[in-house]
Amino acid sequence: MTLEVAGFWAFAIVLVGSALAVVLSKNLFHSVLWLALALTGTAGIFLLLNAEFLAAVQILLYAGGVVTVVVFAIVVTERLVGATLSQTNRHVVRGGVAAAVVLTLVISWIRRAPDLVKPVLMDGDLTRTIGVTVLTQYTLAFELLAVLLLVSLVGASYFARPEE
Amino acid sequence: MSLHAYLILAAIVFAIGVFGVITRRNTIGILLGIELMLNAVNINLVAFSRFNGNAAGMVLTVFAIVITVAEVALGLALVILLFRTRRTAIADQIDWLKG
Repeated sequence: MTLEVAGFWAFAIVLVGSALAVVLSKNLFHSVLWLALALTGTAGIFLLLNAEFLAAVQILLYAGGVVTVVVFAIVVTERLVGATLSQTNRHVVRGGVAAAVVLTLVISWIRRAPDLVKPVLMDGDLTRTIGVTVLTQYTLAFELLAVLLLVSLVGASYFARPEE
Repeated sequence: MSLHAYLILAAIVFAIGVFGVITRRNTIGILLGIELMLNAVNINLVAFSRFNGNAAGMVLTVFAIVITVAEVALGLALVILLFRTRRTAIADQIDWLKG
């Protein structure tokens, strides 16, 4: 139990710290690298919640795929990402106020709800359960997602096609 | 740790994402803020799933991750297209629809 608590605090500190670095970093390229760390920290939180499959998916898809794609997009639009260029607009105060309001409202709402202390153990292999559930109860959503992914990839490659 | 600890952690990450979306000038920076917010939602889904003993939340997380990947691919393609036609990736300067 103490290991779980220590792990939670370690991953929470990594996650919040790197998330702050993502939004505060002056250089956009550094932001993306911090995002990779934040996504890896989230994978650690998933591990603490016994969701090994999701942690693997998180690292493969997010920290591997998404970060690579974003880095490519930054390289393509590089001219505007110099370290000297200001990366924040004039709304910093308003942004802070909005974030603080969202945080206070959500936390006060959470505090009013009853807390659950012990995780409920699910029988059997969780990865297997997820697979079976996807392919039985949620087959339609799964197929629709496949179509959505195909359409968005075709659309993306159409938008980013080389100029004639 | 209790369910509330995970929910509050997710709320903090979500608020940081909101701050990023509002304050970043670069369109790619705004996308990074949206990534953080979606990530916080995924933490919530997995935590609820775990503490209620229901695998449906984790299935929903897989779906959310897939939708996020599609969103990032399409969003970055749009950024590249905008940069090509307008030579800018700054959100404030993309105001074609402004009357």
